[in-house]
Amino acid sequence: MTRWPILAAVLATWACSSDSSKKGSADTSHAAAATSTTSGADLTGAGATFPKPIYDKWFHDYAAKTGVKINYQANGSGAGIRQLSDETVDFGASDAPMSDSEMAKAKGGPIMHIPTVIGVVAISYNLPGVRQPLKLTGGLIADIFLGKITKWNDQRIAAVNQGVTLPASDILVVHRSEGSGTTYIFSDYLSAVSPAWKSGPGKGKELQWPVGLGGQGNPGVAGQVKQTPGAIGYVELAYVKQNNLSAALLQNAAGQFVAPSAASATAAAEAAKLPPNTDYRVSIVNAPGAAAYPIASFTYLLVYKNQPDATKAKKLTDFIRWALADGEKDASALDYAPLPGVLVSRLMTRLDSIAPGPAR
Amino acid sequence: MGDRAYRWITTGFALVIPVLLGLIAISVFSAGWPALHKFGLGFFTSSDWDPVNEKFGAAPAIFGTIVSSAIALIIATPLAIGVAVFLSEFAPRWVRQPIAFLVDLLAAIPSVVYGLWGILVLVPFLRTYVMPFFKETLHLGDTPLFAGAAYGPSMLAAGSILAIMVLPFISAVTREVLLAVPRSQREAALALGATRWEMIWDAVLPYARSGIIGGVILGLGRALGETMAVTMVIGNRHEISASLFAPGYTMASQIANEFSEATTDLHVSSLMAVGAGLFVITVIVNVIARWLVWRMGRNQVA
Repeated sequence: MTRWPILAAVLATWACSSDSSKKGSADTSHAAAATSTTSGADLTGAGATFPKPIYDKWFHDYAAKTGVKINYQANGSGAGIRQLSDETVDFGASDAPMSDSEMAKAKGGPIMHIPTVIGVVAISYNLPGVRQPLKLTGGLIADIFLGKITKWNDQRIAAVNQGVTLPASDILVVHRSEGSGTTYIFSDYLSAVSPAWKSGPGKGKELQWPVGLGGQGNPGVAGQVKQTPGAIGYVELAYVKQNNLSAALLQNAAGQFVAPSAASATAAAEAAKLPPNTDYRVSIVNAPGAAAYPIASFTYLLVYKNQPDATKAKKLTDFIRWALADGEKDASALDYAPLPGVLVSRLMTRLDSIAPGPAR
Repeated sequence: MGDRAYRWITTGFALVIPVLLGLIAISVFSAGWPALHKFGLGFFTSSDWDPVNEKFGAAPAIFGTIVSSAIALIIATPLAIGVAVFLSEFAPRWVRQPIAFLVDLLAAIPSVVYGLWGILVLVPFLRTYVMPFFKETLHLGDTPLFAGAAYGPSMLAAGSILAIMVLPFISAVTREVLLAVPRSQREAALALGATRWEMIWDAVLPYARSGIIGGVILGLGRALGETMAVTMVIGNRHEISASLFAPGYTMASQIANEFSEATTDLHVSSLMAVGAGLFVITVIVNVIARWLVWRMGRNQVA
């Protein structure tokens, strides 16, 4: 009979363990940290993590200047869209424009997309011994990520990199493991330049990747590329600089090889020549223009066109006007590309159409 | 009167557990129902995970969950039993206490810290030394188990980190069980002329078998549900591969990775269905464990 107390002890410990296995699930501690000043916030927003650094700076500077407090939870573009649609926040933020079906589900009526800054996606790689920046074309990147080109010294890569000694090593593809606006921009670009990509993995925040392994977030991908000789991955421009990675020069639609930078992304937005009546739900990848960098995209604030609360509506539009007029200057220092001046003045006019009063 | 109130209050507390469990099961299954309804049982056998075209299947994640946990137990069980035997049978008191404390401490480290250690230390170590050793020194690179490029993040990395995480659970339970083996059992074996080793192997370990299995299953339960550390080292690739060096995915890490950015209803529902699958696997493991412990306990000759 002495063994029964033993079993009881085992089973008791065992029962206790079931809750410890649940800790560490997708946690949003960074989002929680951002909400530390929730009390007394005048406006609340949620969404994309990618523009969080510049949004935080804007909210901080704006609060110091006007006293209007804005609380932003960087819990992901998808969550931002869901929360705005459920009207639990005053504005949302997303790297990818909302689809028509997502727009239709919004409880508060029509949603306006306001571009704030331009995100730049760099193709970073780890090739020890290769000094000159690697040159890549859209077709090459698509074939590498499709698994059709598997060695660094492939003839097609060598053909655009005359005079560079490429190693005979395997190419390790690194992509994002979770749904992400960065992936959306990157796959949007690949779909634009490669029919095989368009009909294969396609365009989205999360894809069925033909090859490679998944890193968590921009830091995960950047870290994996930095650690592994032979790796290639796509990351936001800021992470290239922070991690001291190499970034490829990409061939744009005009045939020029362009380095990723704030200036070359702004050039892409300028060259995209949006029509005056655009709703800004447009892609600026593979834009024309000799100076345009091909993998760039707007990141958006999402606001309801009809605002039930007139006070909040005024605070919100005042803030956006300030951000577009004064905040854009901060963009380059944080590795975002500012909007071209012509778009800023058009957006100012567009903000006039945000009206108080319910839509329903 | 006081007795009766006490009885009702405690009964109420006890009932909260099954009710809570039932509610969790219902909400997980009903949220996953649209995906299960659309894909049927094929959801658990399909390897597709294509959010763009809305085709979902959980087979690679189920495979990864089971394989990574199995690797963890294969590595951790002998180690943990060895540690426990040393601590309970051989170690002098001044060694036993500090080492037992350190082993228990392994269980207290947050999993994200294990994950960071995995990325910064374990994965580069596997890539630089362990993987080339199997591929080049042992010439096993062409066998399916060790095929493919050695990138680092892999099923092996996930299994190794899980092994370290479950070791303290198995070891602590085994130690307690061994210490509870009656003195008469050992003395009887020694009296029959057994060496110390024979005494442990033939008298102590068989006596403690059911408890040790309980400890192993406890470790398995932890390994199946572990999320953060695994996500950071497994490579997050939705594919079934026989190679230990290939990246993979587990059910828990897939849910953790994708939930915040899943926008379409079917995608969210598919993730909930994966959660339901994990729930079922955990229940099955626990039932098997209890049955094993019960059977071992019954058949054992004390």
